[in-house]
Amino acid sequence: MMNMTRMAAVLAVTMTAAAPAVAQSLHFPMLNYRTGPFGPNGMAFADGYQDYLTLINERDGGIGGVPIRMTECETAYNTERGVECYQGIRGDSPLVIQPLSTGITYQLIPRTMEDQVPMHTMGYGRTSAVNGEVFNWTFNYPGTYWDGASVIINYLLEENDGSLEGKKIVLLYHNSAYGREPIPTLTRLAEHHGYELITIGVDSPGQEQGNQWLQIRRERPDYVTMWGWGVMNAVAIQEAANIRFPMENFIGVWWSGSEQDVRPAGAGAHGYKSLAMHGTGRDYPIYDDIQEYVIDRGLAAGTGDEVGTVLYSRGMYASMLAVEAAKKAQEIHGVEEITPAMMRDGMANLVITEELMEELGLPGFGPAFEVTCQNHGGTGEAMIQQWDAESGTWSLITDWIAPNRDLIMEMVMEDSLAYAAENNIEPQCLERSGG
Amino acid sequence: MIYREAGDFKTSYAADNQTFPLRGDRLAYYLAVIFALGVVPFFINDYWANAIVIPFLIYTIAALGLNILIGYCGQLSLGTGAFMATGAYAAFKLTTAFPSLNIIFVIILAGVVTAGVGVAFGLPSLRIKGFYLAVATLAAQFFLIWLYTRTPWFFNYSPTGMISMPTRELFGYPVTGASATAVSGYLLCAVFLIASAWLARNLTRGTLGRQWMAIRDMDIAAEIIGVNPLRAKLSAFAVSSFLVGISGALFFTVYLGAAEAGESFGIDKSFLVLFMVIIGGLGSILGSFLGAFLLVVGPVLLKILLVNNLGWPTDVAAHLEIMIIGALIILFLVMEPHGLTALWRTIKEKLRLWPFPH
Repeated sequence: MMNMTRMAAVLAVTMTAAAPAVAQSLHFPMLNYRTGPFGPNGMAFADGYQDYLTLINERDGGIGGVPIRMTECETAYNTERGVECYQGIRGDSPLVIQPLSTGITYQLIPRTMEDQVPMHTMGYGRTSAVNGEVFNWTFNYPGTYWDGASVIINYLLEENDGSLEGKKIVLLYHNSAYGREPIPTLTRLAEHHGYELITIGVDSPGQEQGNQWLQIRRERPDYVTMWGWGVMNAVAIQEAANIRFPMENFIGVWWSGSEQDVRPAGAGAHGYKSLAMHGTGRDYPIYDDIQEYVIDRGLAAGTGDEVGTVLYSRGMYASMLAVEAAKKAQEIHGVEEITPAMMRDGMANLVITEELMEELGLPGFGPAFEVTCQNHGGTGEAMIQQWDAESGTWSLITDWIAPNRDLIMEMVMEDSLAYAAENNIEPQCLERSGG
Repeated sequence: MIYREAGDFKTSYAADNQTFPLRGDRLAYYLAVIFALGVVPFFINDYWANAIVIPFLIYTIAALGLNILIGYCGQLSLGTGAFMATGAYAAFKLTTAFPSLNIIFVIILAGVVTAGVGVAFGLPSLRIKGFYLAVATLAAQFFLIWLYTRTPWFFNYSPTGMISMPTRELFGYPVTGASATAVSGYLLCAVFLIASAWLARNLTRGTLGRQWMAIRDMDIAAEIIGVNPLRAKLSAFAVSSFLVGISGALFFTVYLGAAEAGESFGIDKSFLVLFMVIIGGLGSILGSFLGAFLLVVGPVLLKILLVNNLGWPTDVAAHLEIMIIGALIILFLVMEPHGLTALWRTIKEKLRLWPFPH
């Protein structure tokens, strides 16, 4: 009865060749999504990530002389595909996993812990992974959702002379693990600062938001904050423009502030604000090298039209941090061909200074921070950027704003210790790996 | 010449009524079970188990469940995703509330809970039929997912609404959580699939199955000859939801490990399983296997072929994959509107006559 399926399975086994382990290279897997409802966003990030790694290969001949080997796997932002991708690469000593999806991150946290593969979820994923004593293999520097939420509130405090008493703030969120992350922080902060929080969910992918904006119009909030992704962002900004909501009171998280999000609303998006975890635009010296070594040589990933956009910059930033961590790992262990466990040590001891950023051709691009066992989350600082619809550019309107880290660390400890108890994890720092 | 009934004599009614009356079929079945339980566990690696075989086994259980409802009882349902979610959340609540409860019982109880929910949402089937029933079950899909994402009790008040499966052991081996080996998860799913297929096959052969088919073929006539539509329809909903619930529980506990109702059990799951049933063949156990195989394993095999073997860019491969699978579905349905199982039946007929076709 089942023989047909079996036969096909046998055929398939013979069809597949196991990926050969190539010696003398550093494997940087890429879990990208260039298709599906979030493809336009995933594409820009993927291009930036890949272009920077290509640059390191072309300009420096790899990291410490060992070339980088990139593999790509398409997840389509789908958790099942993400698991499949991870299963495909886990045996191939992947140095760092960056899934760019909070849903996939949650799947992979226990698996990467078990397989001892480091995972970097830059500005997304599980916030309580900040506690490196519980989440030894997961890193989320330089900032988390809870930091982002706190930075927005701190910014609004500054705008309102230190008091948000009696203000009404709406959180418009993508109804998924990603969008729900900031709710606990914003709720706690509401108790501190006395504003009223209204949470409004939008089901994925978020093309239909008529109801939500009707509700927003009825509530007449002072501010709207948004945790959106993909098409949800563009639709929300369009809807806000339609109801003539003052754009300068509409603030998105760093995933809701890219060119794709504001362009569709045209002039209506003028003045929209979002968090920025790094700089944007091509005004950094690094782009001269990217132009020379990557674009001019025809090695650019994708179509090459994303260079310099917000999400491209983010992909490049993630890639840069991974390369720096690999350098650190090589330095700690004194070997060039590092293993995933050594890479973890490099990430756990990563120090990013302003001088280093300058040296890399990215002065002032990201915050200076230091990773420790107790803090895998960096400083959590972010800036606010504002969209100028006429010139079609984002401009930074603040300096780095620090989050309320005391409160966040308190919440991180609660959540991470609960996770540790549920999963029988003894919180402790990992010793450096021997090899 | 090899595959036919000549010479296969039956001397008792029991022998004549067995599930596989042909010796060839029977042998193939036993071989498949022995292969699945005795050979595969020794050779399967992590990638094959977790990326291909386990999802195939789990979706097959879901397809079996839906096939009972649609294929055997003729009640159209679009709530499969929500019923899978019910199984998953029930398993999560049970296993976190009673950590010492054996995982097998957790999964079976999750199936029972889902059966209850399924019956409740099956009640409208007594008054409405066909596409209208599909709309009623669609309401179940949206309502249940809404319930599981908005009620913190269901996800134990976790800040993100994700549910994560802790490690559970069976005979001393972890079968869920990250430390579970590929083989243990595979064996658990395989055993559940074999038991589900056995249950489905025997139910559909018996009184209950005949009642379902009578309702499917003409409900008024069935009622006149003495089939109680209430019992028949609700029992179909119960058995179907039970199997779908088990598949949802396995999907969450063994396969995903962490899930979220809206993302993992959305309307697209309902359609995916529905397509499996239609493409595999309505009213056929084998059809559920074939349909799940085409729609679960097909895309992964295509991906392996295009990306790993031919080295194509992943995004091109992903787009091509959608086109190829879509084209295959249309091709199969045009060639054989009754699904892959009808194709298999034709092959069998030809085999019986071979090599003398006239």
